[in-house]
Amino acid sequence: MDIELLVNTLVSGLLLGGFYALATVGLTLAFGVLDVVNIAHPAFMVLGAMVAMLCATAAGLDPVLVGVLLLPAFFALGYGFYGVYFRFFEKRGDAAIQGLAFFFAVMFVIEVSMSMALGPEQRQIETPYSWTTWQIGMVEVPLRMLVPFCLGMAVLVALSRWLRSTFIGRTVSAVGQDQQALRFVGVDPVRVKRIAFGIAIAAACLAGSGLLLVQPVDPWSGHTYIGRVFSICILGGLASLRGTWLAALIFGVLENFTSTYVGPAWSLAVAFGLLLLTLLVRPQGLFAR
Amino acid sequence: MKAVTRRAALVALGLAMLGAAGGAGAQSPQGEPLKIGFSMALTGGLAANGKAALIAMQIWESDVNAKGGLLGRPVKLVYYDDQSNGASIPGIYTKLLDVDKVDFVVSGYSTAAIVPAMPIVIQRKMVFLGLMGTSVNAHFNYDRYFSMIPLGDGGALQLSKGFVEVAKTIQPEPKRIAVVALDAEFSKAAADGIKQNLKGTGIKVVYDRTYPPSTVDFLPLVRAIQASKPDLVFLASYPVDSAGLIRAIRQTKLSASMVGGVMIGPQIGGFKQQNGSALNNLVTWDIFAPEATMKFPGVDAFLDKYRPIAAKQGVDPLGFYVPPMAYAMMEVLGQAIEAAAKPDQALVAEQLRNGTFQTIAGEIKFAANGEWAEPRSLLVQYRGIDDSGLDQFKQAGKQVILYPEKYKSGDLAVPFQ
Repeated sequence: MDIELLVNTLVSGLLLGGFYALATVGLTLAFGVLDVVNIAHPAFMVLGAMVAMLCATAAGLDPVLVGVLLLPAFFALGYGFYGVYFRFFEKRGDAAIQGLAFFFAVMFVIEVSMSMALGPEQRQIETPYSWTTWQIGMVEVPLRMLVPFCLGMAVLVALSRWLRSTFIGRTVSAVGQDQQALRFVGVDPVRVKRIAFGIAIAAACLAGSGLLLVQPVDPWSGHTYIGRVFSICILGGLASLRGTWLAALIFGVLENFTSTYVGPAWSLAVAFGLLLLTLLVRPQGLFAR
Repeated sequence: MKAVTRRAALVALGLAMLGAAGGAGAQSPQGEPLKIGFSMALTGGLAANGKAALIAMQIWESDVNAKGGLLGRPVKLVYYDDQSNGASIPGIYTKLLDVDKVDFVVSGYSTAAIVPAMPIVIQRKMVFLGLMGTSVNAHFNYDRYFSMIPLGDGGALQLSKGFVEVAKTIQPEPKRIAVVALDAEFSKAAADGIKQNLKGTGIKVVYDRTYPPSTVDFLPLVRAIQASKPDLVFLASYPVDSAGLIRAIRQTKLSASMVGGVMIGPQIGGFKQQNGSALNNLVTWDIFAPEATMKFPGVDAFLDKYRPIAAKQGVDPLGFYVPPMAYAMMEVLGQAIEAAAKPDQALVAEQLRNGTFQTIAGEIKFAANGEWAEPRSLLVQYRGIDDSGLDQFKQAGKQVILYPEKYKSGDLAVPFQ
C-alpha cells in the first residue's frame, strides 16, 4: 500500500471534517439544543459567504477576518429572526411542520434574493494563501483547507467553554431541557433562545467565510451541505459540540477514504450509510449522553 | 415609357443606399407582435448561463425590431423562469402555447431544459430549436427539432474527439489515460464518448471513476488519479467541480502530457478571471475562442452590446460561451421565418432543414437529424495566462485552438505541469 497516499488521504479527510464541523456547529445549537429544524442553516452560511466576499473585496481584507467582523451583524440577524419565528410559530404551537415549511421558505427567499442582488454567477475569492500547500514530510497541507479546519476548532472550543463557564451559556444548555426551570430562576427562556439562535447564525456566517476558501460559491451552494450538516448533527448526538466535532471528522475521513480507495461515487453513500447504521444501533447518536 | 434621366437615376440610387444603410430600421414593424416563447433558467443552478442566454436573445429582439421585425411584424419574446427545474418546463410550454398563444417556441438552456419540453412541442407539431442540448433528438427523432450546439451527427462522441485526435500527436505516444466524470448526463456521455474514441489508439484507461455532484474536496480524487500514473487525464465536470479539480490538480502538482477535457467552467468569463494562471496549459472543450480563425461577422458588435448589460446583471462578463449561440439561435429562427414568408410551422421547418444560415456563430446548416451538418467542437489550450484579470482573455493567443484543423490556431504545448 502507498503510505504517502494513505497518510495524505487521512490528513485531507481530517481537514475536510474540520470544515464540516464549522458548518455544523450553528445547527447543533439551533437543531440540537433549541429543537429548531433550521433547514436554512446552509443558506445562512452562503449568505455569510457572499456578504464576507463583498466586504473583503471592497476593503481588501482577508475573508476570515471579515467573517469575524461580521459576527455581531449576523448575531443580530439571528436574534431578530428567532423573535419572528417564536411569535408566529413556536408560540402558537406550530413549530414542527409549519416551522419546517417556514425555514424552507426562508432558504428559498435567501437564495433568490442573493441571485437577484448579486447575480447567479459563482464567486471565488483569492487570498495570499489560496494556492499555498505546506509540505511537511510526506504530508501535504493545503492552507485553504487548514484555515477552515482551525476556524472550526476555534469556534467549537470557544463555544464549549462559553456554554460551560458562563451563566448565559449554561442557560442556553438548559433551555432545551426545561424551560419552566429557567423561569423559576428568573430567566426568560425566549430571550435565551434568541441569543442561542443569534450565535447559531453568527456561526453560519463564520462558516461562510471558511466556505469561500474551500470552493466557489453561488446562491445555491448551500444545497450541497443540507444533508451533510444534519447528518453530522444527528451522528454527533444532536446537542453535543464534542460529538459534532468527532462526527464531522469521521464524516470527512470516511468520505475521503472512500473517494480515494473505492471511488468518489461511493463516498457519500458510505458516509450516509454510517448514519443509517448509527441510527439503527444507537438512535441517540454516537456521542449523546 | 419614360426614359430614365441621369438625375432621376442618381436620386433613386441615393434613396436605395439610404434604405440599405438606415435600413428597414426606418420602417417600424406593424401589427400584432410575432411571439416567440421559451422557458429559461433565471434562478437555480443553471441560471448563470440562462441569464446570459436571455440577455443575448433580448439583444436580438431589439436588433430585429430595429430592422423592421419579422414579416413586417414586431417580435416579442415571452419567457418564464424554469428555476433550473425540469419539472416546471412542461407547464411553462403548455402556458406559452395555450394561454400566451406564442407563434414559435425555442428552448431554455441545456439538455435539462430541452428534454422536458419535447413531448409537448412534438404533440403540437411546433418547430423547436434547442439551445446547447446534447444528442436530444437521438431519443425523439423529431423532424422539426434543430440543435444549437456544434456537435454535429456524432453527438457526445464529438465532445472528446479533439482530445483524442490531439493526444495521438503527442510524442512519446501516450499509453495510459485517467477518465473522471461528474455523475451527470452530459459529463457521463462525454466520458463514455472518449472510451469509444480511444478504441484502436492503444491508449489504455487506467483509472475510470465518476464522482457525485455534491463533492466538496477533490484532493483525494486527484491523488488517486496521480497514483495511477496516467499520461493523459480526461475530466468531464461542471463549473463548481472544475474549479475544485483545478485547485486540487495545482496543489498536488499533478503532471501528465495533457490534462483537461470536457470541463464546463473555463468557457465562462468569471471562471477564467477567478482561476487565472491556474488555467495555463489546461485543454478544454469549447465552442468559441477569440482567435483569428473564428472572427465571424457580427460577433464583435454583439459582444460590445452584451458586455455592459452582463456586467450590470452579474453574469458571464466575457460572453464567449452561451450568448453568441443563443443570439445565433434566434438569427436562425428569424431567417427561416423570413424565408418561409409566413409564420407556418411546416414551412419554417422546411426552411430550417434546407437552408444555410449566416449568424454571428458562423454559417450553420442542419443535418437530417437536426444536428449541425458540420461539427465544430473545439479543443482549446490556455496559454500565457497571468492573474491580471479578464481583459487578457479577449486577446488572441490565450485560448489556442488545437482542433479541428479548420479553426486551428496553434499546436499543443506539453507537458501539463
